[in-house]
Amino acid sequence: MLFEDPVIASRFLTLLTLSFHIIYATIGVGVPLMIMIAQWIGIRKNDEHYILMARRWARGFVVTVAVGVVTGTVIGLQLSLLWPNFMELAGQIIALPLFMEVFAFFFEAIFLGIYLYTWDRFEDQRKHFFLLIPVALGAGMSAFFITVVNSFMNAPQGFDIINGQLVNANPIAAMLNPAMPTKVSHVLATAYMTVAFMLAAIAAYHLIKGSNHVYHKKALHLTMKVGLIFAIAAAIIGDFSGKFLAEYQPEKLAAAEWHFETEEGAPLLMYGVLDENNEVKGAIKIPFALSILAFSAPTAEVIGLNEFPVEETPPLIVHYYFDLMITIGVFMIVLSLVYWIGIKRGWAFVKATWYRWLIVLGGPLSFLAIEAGWWLAEVGRQPWILRGIMTVEEAATSSDYVGFMSILFILLYIILGIGTVVVLRRMFKNNPVEKELKASQGGDNA
Amino acid sequence: MTLEILGITVLWTFLFGYIIIGSIDYGAGFFNAYSIITRKDHILSNVIQRYLSPVWEVTNVFFVFFFVGIVGFFPDTAYYFGTIFLIPGSIALILLAIRGSYYAFETYGSKGHKGYAFMYGLSGLLIPASLSIVLTISEGGFVFIEDGNPVLDYWALFTSPLSWSIVILSIVAVLYISAVFLTWYANKTGDVKATNLMRRYALIWALPLIITASGIVYELKFHNPEHYERIIDLWWMFGLSFILWIAAVWFIWKRKKYGTAVWLMFGQFALAFYGFGISHYPYLLYPYLTIYEGFTNQAMAISLVIVFILGFALLIPSLYLLFKLFLFDKNYLKGRQKKE
Repeated sequence: MLFEDPVIASRFLTLLTLSFHIIYATIGVGVPLMIMIAQWIGIRKNDEHYILMARRWARGFVVTVAVGVVTGTVIGLQLSLLWPNFMELAGQIIALPLFMEVFAFFFEAIFLGIYLYTWDRFEDQRKHFFLLIPVALGAGMSAFFITVVNSFMNAPQGFDIINGQLVNANPIAAMLNPAMPTKVSHVLATAYMTVAFMLAAIAAYHLIKGSNHVYHKKALHLTMKVGLIFAIAAAIIGDFSGKFLAEYQPEKLAAAEWHFETEEGAPLLMYGVLDENNEVKGAIKIPFALSILAFSAPTAEVIGLNEFPVEETPPLIVHYYFDLMITIGVFMIVLSLVYWIGIKRGWAFVKATWYRWLIVLGGPLSFLAIEAGWWLAEVGRQPWILRGIMTVEEAATSSDYVGFMSILFILLYIILGIGTVVVLRRMFKNNPVEKELKASQGGDNA
Repeated sequence: MTLEILGITVLWTFLFGYIIIGSIDYGAGFFNAYSIITRKDHILSNVIQRYLSPVWEVTNVFFVFFFVGIVGFFPDTAYYFGTIFLIPGSIALILLAIRGSYYAFETYGSKGHKGYAFMYGLSGLLIPASLSIVLTISEGGFVFIEDGNPVLDYWALFTSPLSWSIVILSIVAVLYISAVFLTWYANKTGDVKATNLMRRYALIWALPLIITASGIVYELKFHNPEHYERIIDLWWMFGLSFILWIAAVWFIWKRKKYGTAVWLMFGQFALAFYGFGISHYPYLLYPYLTIYEGFTNQAMAISLVIVFILGFALLIPSLYLLFKLFLFDKNYLKGRQKKE
């Protein structure tokens, strides 16, 4: 199949590249902010631990940035190679945010280079902090613009098609599409949340492994707090996203919720499985919750999947992605909230090893939630590449070799994935915090 | 100036930028690997690493800028080139990915791994070769339309002397550009041995460069006579480029004014590259696609130009800061770290 049908092969390769890229992209968006916060606290409190934290995070960050940059370049060019018809149309109408994304990336790349190679250059820590602002800003802006492109694909506007010709193009209107506010804010909030929990997992792991250094405790407190704030933000924005879907992409919401019949006071389904007759088994039914999620009113009418032609309905598998994303999100909010209250109130169990293991687990789980969320968003708009306008079949390349190229890219991602893990492990194993603190006790940056 | 001309000029300039800084980068990787194999790495590695580290990511952006920009200004190129460029494009992407990530792995992870350095050097020569195929394809004669879709004739491409000449030129140009630049850079750092070694490489690659470049013009005479005619019309640009080449080689030969030699080299390539571009006008893909047919709508073109100007207002000062801190900073060049 993969080698015969360019459409399936192109979908597979795009899925693969994006699923791999978003791990690094999420880190790329979130870590600069965390470095900036640590550097800021370090300056405010005059605490060398936080300054060191900023540096150690930055050092690991470089390796992930490298892979993020190259996989980002890959997906950038693959868009034209695998979806030439889509890009021809998109170039007419959505090239503006794509172009702006490159500028944001450019800006970030320049200042990241400067920041990384001037570590020991300035006596004044504030100069290092100022260099981080454009890095964090550039990272956030490039996530912003690329998500604008994606939201356009979900809610295209800003042009008319008359007799197959695109006319009345309005690039600004295309950018300000209805999907944009919720998409962009959800992407940013979840990236910051995920990175905070990833760094929390690292700190918790060190504490479990016996390093009882105050550095790790500070790192854990900081990251759990930041993680909690963004996790709550992500949940609130997630609710807005549900309302957006109900209005503009009802078929995606209906597929995610296995909501077949249009009804008032619709219930929300959690978990469960679907048998071959499309009967839902073993799901937890929360009455009225879907109507509340969709329209903030318990009796509101929610459109069911049966209202749509079969060839335009998304695959029903997206329900599992939805469950996975929501469950992890809620779990992380509870985990970090209990931790935070526990620290304030002096509850002993939040410092217990089993609790710390849960925090360690939270890092990979957050990444899983990111993946699940993107699969929900992307698979959920099948069969469209531009909802209501162009299907993926019309957009894919006519070239026959995508299947073979996919094999090469699989190999590439395996090599890059293993390489990242090996290099990062070696970097930090050989150079624990204790050693680095002792070395800096020579007094060059107190 | 029409928006079409403005658009292609901007993109051509960015491609030129990528070719120059990309060549320095690719060549540096190759010379680094070569010096390890010939056990001269103690001479070169320091100089090369010090230049490459802060700029490798910026180099990559020039490339991204070009292919995002061309889709923006000329969306039809996404359809034509996207469809036919799948294999060479994918191979170039995989090499770029290996190269970029290994650079970081090697620099920040495990220093001095020979296998990495070798891969890094080799991929640096293969990337320009695989990317330069797009220049060959755009000359026409390798693409035909089947069932309304463009298809690349690989057999014609691989048996054409023109495509191989362009591949060889791209490799030789990488080595020459890089060697001239690194001669100047090594001289700035005060490293006499590295300077002499790079100077030798620059002189070695100077002659093959001119031979392959002239060979391509000769082959175009048979492959695409229309393009050849236009090149002859622009003879003065190529003649001037040739004079600049002589001047640059002369300075390097005489071991003086390496900085001037670098500028002359930039000028030489700029003249040849723009001359080639202008003579290709108005075609993007001969004979299917011209810059007028493939151009985007008016509203998008204007907004892209505005964003471009604003973006540059942001980038120029930032790039200046980068160069000031690394390329032109005396302490950084000499490998000293001084607190400021």
